[in-house]
Amino acid sequence: MRIFKVLAVVVGCMALFAAPVVAAESIKIGALLAVTGPASFLGAPEAKTLEMLVTDVNAKGGIGGRKVELIVKDTQASPEKAVSFAKQLIDEDKVFAIIGPSTSGETMKVKDIAEQGKTILLSCAAAETIVNPLAKYVFKTPQKDSDAVVRIFQQMKKMGISKIAVLSSNTGFGNAGKQQLEKLAPEHGITIVVNEVYDKAATDLTAEVTKVKAANVQALVNWSIEPAQAIVVKNARQIGLTIPIFQSHGFGNISYCKLCGPAAEGVIFPAGRLLVADVLSPTNPQKKVLESYKKEYEAKYKEDVSTFGGHAYDAMMILEKAIKDAGPGADQEKVRAAIENIKGLVGTAGIFNFSPTDHNGLDANAFEMLTVRDGRFTEYVR
Amino acid sequence: MFFELFFQYLVAGLTYGTIYAIVGIGFNIVYNTTGIINFAQGEFVMLGGMIAVSLHAFLPLGLAVAAAVLITMAIGALIEMLFIRWLVKPSVLRMIIITIGISILVREAALHLWGEGVRALPYFTGNEITALSLGGVRVSPQVLWTLGVCSIIVIVLNVFFQYTMLGREMRACASNRDAAALCGIPTRNMVTLSFALAAGIGALAGAVVSPITQTSYGIGTGLAIKGFTVAILGGLGNSMAAVAAGFLLGTLESFSIWVMPTAYKDAIAITILLAVLFVRPSGLFGNKEAFRLKEF
Repeated sequence: MRIFKVLAVVVGCMALFAAPVVAAESIKIGALLAVTGPASFLGAPEAKTLEMLVTDVNAKGGIGGRKVELIVKDTQASPEKAVSFAKQLIDEDKVFAIIGPSTSGETMKVKDIAEQGKTILLSCAAAETIVNPLAKYVFKTPQKDSDAVVRIFQQMKKMGISKIAVLSSNTGFGNAGKQQLEKLAPEHGITIVVNEVYDKAATDLTAEVTKVKAANVQALVNWSIEPAQAIVVKNARQIGLTIPIFQSHGFGNISYCKLCGPAAEGVIFPAGRLLVADVLSPTNPQKKVLESYKKEYEAKYKEDVSTFGGHAYDAMMILEKAIKDAGPGADQEKVRAAIENIKGLVGTAGIFNFSPTDHNGLDANAFEMLTVRDGRFTEYVR
Repeated sequence: MFFELFFQYLVAGLTYGTIYAIVGIGFNIVYNTTGIINFAQGEFVMLGGMIAVSLHAFLPLGLAVAAAVLITMAIGALIEMLFIRWLVKPSVLRMIIITIGISILVREAALHLWGEGVRALPYFTGNEITALSLGGVRVSPQVLWTLGVCSIIVIVLNVFFQYTMLGREMRACASNRDAAALCGIPTRNMVTLSFALAAGIGALAGAVVSPITQTSYGIGTGLAIKGFTVAILGGLGNSMAAVAAGFLLGTLESFSIWVMPTAYKDAIAITILLAVLFVRPSGLFGNKEAFRLKEF
C-alpha cells in the first residue's frame, strides 16, 4: 500500500515538473505539520485532511476562482524544524497563510516569526498561551486547554472528588495542561496531591502510578499526547488502582483507546463532538459538518477520523471563509481582519465566534465529556 | 503499607530493569566478535516488534514471534554482508559510524513500510489489566515473560560462548582477528553470524517487550540508549552483567521516583553511570585486565 503511495508521489512530482506554469494566481498555503515523529498521530491526519480539502476546493474551481496550492512541511514535532520551515515558507515560498503547527511547543516557537512576517498562522495546537497573550496574526482552532480543565473539574465536582493526582509529559502540551490544572484547581475546590512530570518517550510508568496509589487520591488526571498516555492507563489498572482516570482531550484518538484494551474502560475525557458524531442528536448544529467530514475522510483514507484532523479541517474552513469575505484581491491584513469578524461558523471543534480579542473563538461548550465503553467512545452519562 | 509500597516500587524497577537488560544483551554479541558497538541494535529491537505485530495478523502469536526473529536475523546478516563484510581492516570509528548510518536507514525504511502508527502485540498471558497479586503487590504477567525470556537468552548465550566451538571461535575473533584467521577461523563469517545473532536477540526482545512499551518505527533509539547504558554499566561483553546492571538501574530509577519528582529519574541514572565509569571504566563487572587490551 505504502509503495503505491510512494509511487504516486514520485509520479506526482514528475507531473509537476512537466506541467507548464499556470498557477500564477494560485493562493499558496503552507502547512507546518508533525506528519511523522512522536506527534504523528496529530500531524498525519491533519496533513491528510488538508490534502483532501484542497483537492475538493480546487475541483470546485478554487477560492473565488483562484486555485489553492498546498505546501506541507513535515516538522516531526521538532520546534527547531518548525522554526526553520516557518522561515522558509514565509521568506522563500511567500505563502499567504500557514496552517499548523500540530503541537503547542512548536507553535510557541513560530508565533513571533509569523507575527514579524505578517503571515496568518492558524495553529492546530491546544495550549491557551498560543492566543493569550494575543498576537495579531496568530489564531488557533482547537478548544483551549483551560476549557478542557474547567470541564474536567466540573465533572469532578459532580462526582464529589476533591483530592487528585496529576501526571503530565514533558512537552509543550503536557506543560500547558499542568499549568492550567494548577491554576484552576483552587477555584474549583480541588487539591493536587501528587504532581509528576514524566518523559515523553516513557516506556513504562509503573513507579509513577505507584506513587499515585500511595497518595490515596480520589482521581488521576493524565495530560499528554504521546503513546505514554496509553501506558499510564494500563499500568494504573495493572497495579490495581481503581480510582477514576481522567485524560486530556489528547486521548481523542481511537488507536490509543485500542492500545489500552480493557484498561481504557471508564476513562473520562473532554473532547470535541467529532468522536461521537454518529450518536449525536440530529438537532445538534454541528451534526451535519461532523458527519460529512467523517464520511469523506473515512471513505478516502480507510482509517478512523480523529479530532486532530478536524482542527486542520476547521483551519481550512476559516481561511476559506475569510478569503471569500475579504473579497477578491484582498491582502493578508484584510483577510486577517475578516477572520476576526467570523461569527457562528460551525466547525468540527465547535461553533467559532472570533473577535479582535478572541483568536480562538470557542468556549467550554465546545467540549463534551466522553468515556470509553466496550472499546468505543461514547458520551459520558452522568 | 510501607512494605507493600516498597515491593511495588521494586516490581516497577524490575520491569524497567528487564526491558533495559533484554535490549542491552544484544549489544554484547556484536561487541564480543568485532569489538565495536552496533548502534543499529535498537532498530533490530524495533524491527522484531513491528514484524511480529504485522505477522500476528495472520499467524498465531508464537509463530509470529519466531518468524519475526528469523526475518530480523536475515536482515541483520544481510546488513552485515552489504555494509561491513567487504571493508578491509575497518577502523573502530568507521564501523561505529557505519552502524549509526544503518540505524537511520532502517528507521526511515520502517517509517515508509509501516507508517507512523503505534502498535503492540497482545499480552502473552491475560490482557492489559491482568496482574498477578502477591500479598498486595501486583505484577503484570508480561513482566514475568520478559524476565523469563531474558534469563533463557542469558543462559543460552553463556553456554554458547563458553562451551561450543562456534562460540569460542566468535570470541577468538574479538580478541585478535588476525590470530583467529591464522588459526583457520573464517572471521568474516563469524562477524556475519554475530550480526544475525544480535539481530535475532534484539528482535526477540522487541517482540516480548512490545505489549509493555508499545512499538513504533522510532522506538529503537530510546530503548537502545538505555540498553547501551546497562551494557556499559555492567561491563561490555558480559550478558549476565548487563542483566544485573539493568536491574540496578531500573530499581534505582523506580526508587528515585518514590522519594523525588519523576523529572530527576534520568539525571540520577546518568549520574550513577558516570560515577561508576570514573571509578571503574571497565564497568561494574568488567575485567580490568581485559579492558586495557581492548581498542574500544
